[in-house]
Amino acid sequence: MKLEKITRRRFLKGFSLGLAAASAALVSVPVIGSILVPLFRRQPEVWRSLGHVDSFQVGKTVSVVFQNADSLPWAGVTAKNAVWLRRVNETEFIAFAINCMHLGCPVTWLPDAELFMCPCHGGVYTEDGEVAAGPPPKALARHPVRVRNGEVEILTMPIPMA
Amino acid sequence: MFLRILKTTWAWLDARLGISDLIVPMMTHRVPPDARWWYVFGSATLASFLLQVVTGVMLSFSYVPSSGDAYAALQHLSHDAPFGRFLRGLHYFGASAMVLMVGIHALQVFLFGAYKFPRELNWITGLLLMGLTLGMGFTGQILRWDQTAVWSVVVAAEQAGRAPLAGKWLARFILGGGNVGGATLSRFFALHVFVLPALILALVGAHLHLVLRNGISEPPKPDAPVDPTTYRQDYAALLEKTGRPFWPDAAWRDVVFAGGMIVVVVLCAFLYGPPELGKPPDPSIIHADPRPDWYLLWYFAVLALLPPAAENVFIVFAPLAVGVALLVLPLLFARGDRHFSRRPWAVASVLTLLVMVGALWRAGEGSDWSPDFAAKPISQKVVASTDPLVQHGAQLFFSKACIHCHRIGNDGGRRGPNLTDVSERLTQEQITIRILNGATNMPAFGNILKPQEMEALRAFLESRRRYVTSRQRAAESKTPGDK
Repeated sequence: MKLEKITRRRFLKGFSLGLAAASAALVSVPVIGSILVPLFRRQPEVWRSLGHVDSFQVGKTVSVVFQNADSLPWAGVTAKNAVWLRRVNETEFIAFAINCMHLGCPVTWLPDAELFMCPCHGGVYTEDGEVAAGPPPKALARHPVRVRNGEVEILTMPIPMA
Repeated sequence: MFLRILKTTWAWLDARLGISDLIVPMMTHRVPPDARWWYVFGSATLASFLLQVVTGVMLSFSYVPSSGDAYAALQHLSHDAPFGRFLRGLHYFGASAMVLMVGIHALQVFLFGAYKFPRELNWITGLLLMGLTLGMGFTGQILRWDQTAVWSVVVAAEQAGRAPLAGKWLARFILGGGNVGGATLSRFFALHVFVLPALILALVGAHLHLVLRNGISEPPKPDAPVDPTTYRQDYAALLEKTGRPFWPDAAWRDVVFAGGMIVVVVLCAFLYGPPELGKPPDPSIIHADPRPDWYLLWYFAVLALLPPAAENVFIVFAPLAVGVALLVLPLLFARGDRHFSRRPWAVASVLTLLVMVGALWRAGEGSDWSPDFAAKPISQKVVASTDPLVQHGAQLFFSKACIHCHRIGNDGGRRGPNLTDVSERLTQEQITIRILNGATNMPAFGNILKPQEMEALRAFLESRRRYVTSRQRAAESKTPGDK
């Protein structure tokens, strides 16, 4: 008689705990999935036009604004991004990501000094984006560039990491 | 009549809810008699947290957690909404108070050796609460969704990105994608308003439970080491003999201190207001100057002053190592002397910490490593020369960006050496070599400057002596003893 009671209790304990664990596991699938799945998704990449070829002078570096590839409808101004576009010669362009390779702050192009300089920790880059001084471990990242139908286009990319 | 109805109602409710049965033993539990003003910082931290909850809830009535709209909502909150600016100020100074109080509380507990047996878990839960408080501070700064917030997120993602193996995923998690965008602010809102406060509430509950269970530690005395085999009996005997009820014998000090702290927060919010919003959160606005709030300025300085080779190791492993060391501290030193006169290493480490954080904080406030992009061209008064070559050199000093990192007189950045009197320190040859070849933190200008520009710049720098203007010479002649 006593043995039967213990068996019943054990069953109820196991059943309750098992049911609670199963419920939690069931809910945890969408909860954890909503966090993890976006991390493994392939980053969308699209070609964005920066303007007509003739609007960029040879030898000049200018900032150009474009729209990120993965912008959401409510992103507002945060969907915007910029590159430093350098026209090397008649056919060649270089599009530097604006992010300093030290900690990601936006570098500024100083045309007279022909240098990029970072406002955060003073990283300096040459006109080719190579590290000239300061803490950056790498040269400025470059977007792939192409000219199509007279338009300079860059391929969007995530914020470059050192 | 009215009072009688009130009393009857309360008695009816209390009989059913059991509030007195729950609260009275907590409030009247006995505490050591000499636990005086040193013990008010924990309750002040809790009071500042409650203030943050109240002001945060009120702010959330007007806040729009959308990357595209938060800035406009904050502008409205700061300039148009009734009491909006005041509430933002309360929340900002409340956060400052919370960080300050939790820091002082941790230092006091450490110096008093109150983390030893049986309060190891009090320390560990408290430490986790301190980490969460800093997390609230950082995420709160991000919710002030302006240009600084956007670039702070990027800097955080870049740091996370350096972690081995999972770095890229961590960075994506922080940004809500590959770039700052629509998903970024929402996750910081969720963290700041739901996740972190829920963890704080749970840990505050655990911390208070532990405080009640293990008792408030008695102020340490020299040569009274903690012995886990006898401590509980000794502590019970102490309370039995000299203990006082917490309410009101000890609690009045908590109330006075926390009340004073809230008055100071209210006054600061009223007099100074919240930090002004910066430029809009538009990542395409390149001219930015992101700075963290004061309580993270010291870390901002660390990131600037670290040798580049040590950065990855430091950014990833140093916080981990410090966290683990502090968490295992009470497990390694659960017994022994608590009084600071018997723990010279503890005192030395606190002093070292204070000096280090203080020095780094000061350095962070000055941010001398940041170029000064606002520097103006050098004035004729400072140039103090009619030589066309020197004047051209002064123009080049500005246009070639030297002034962003070097000071001449009162103008220019502080990243590089002050060049006000450079020709008294360096020879013509040394100046030339440095300009042409650069240094660790200075680019080489050999390929940038034309020969005539180099000559002009050198002429200008050679003219930089201690007293180059007639006014300075006159001032010098009036105070000959200073020379």
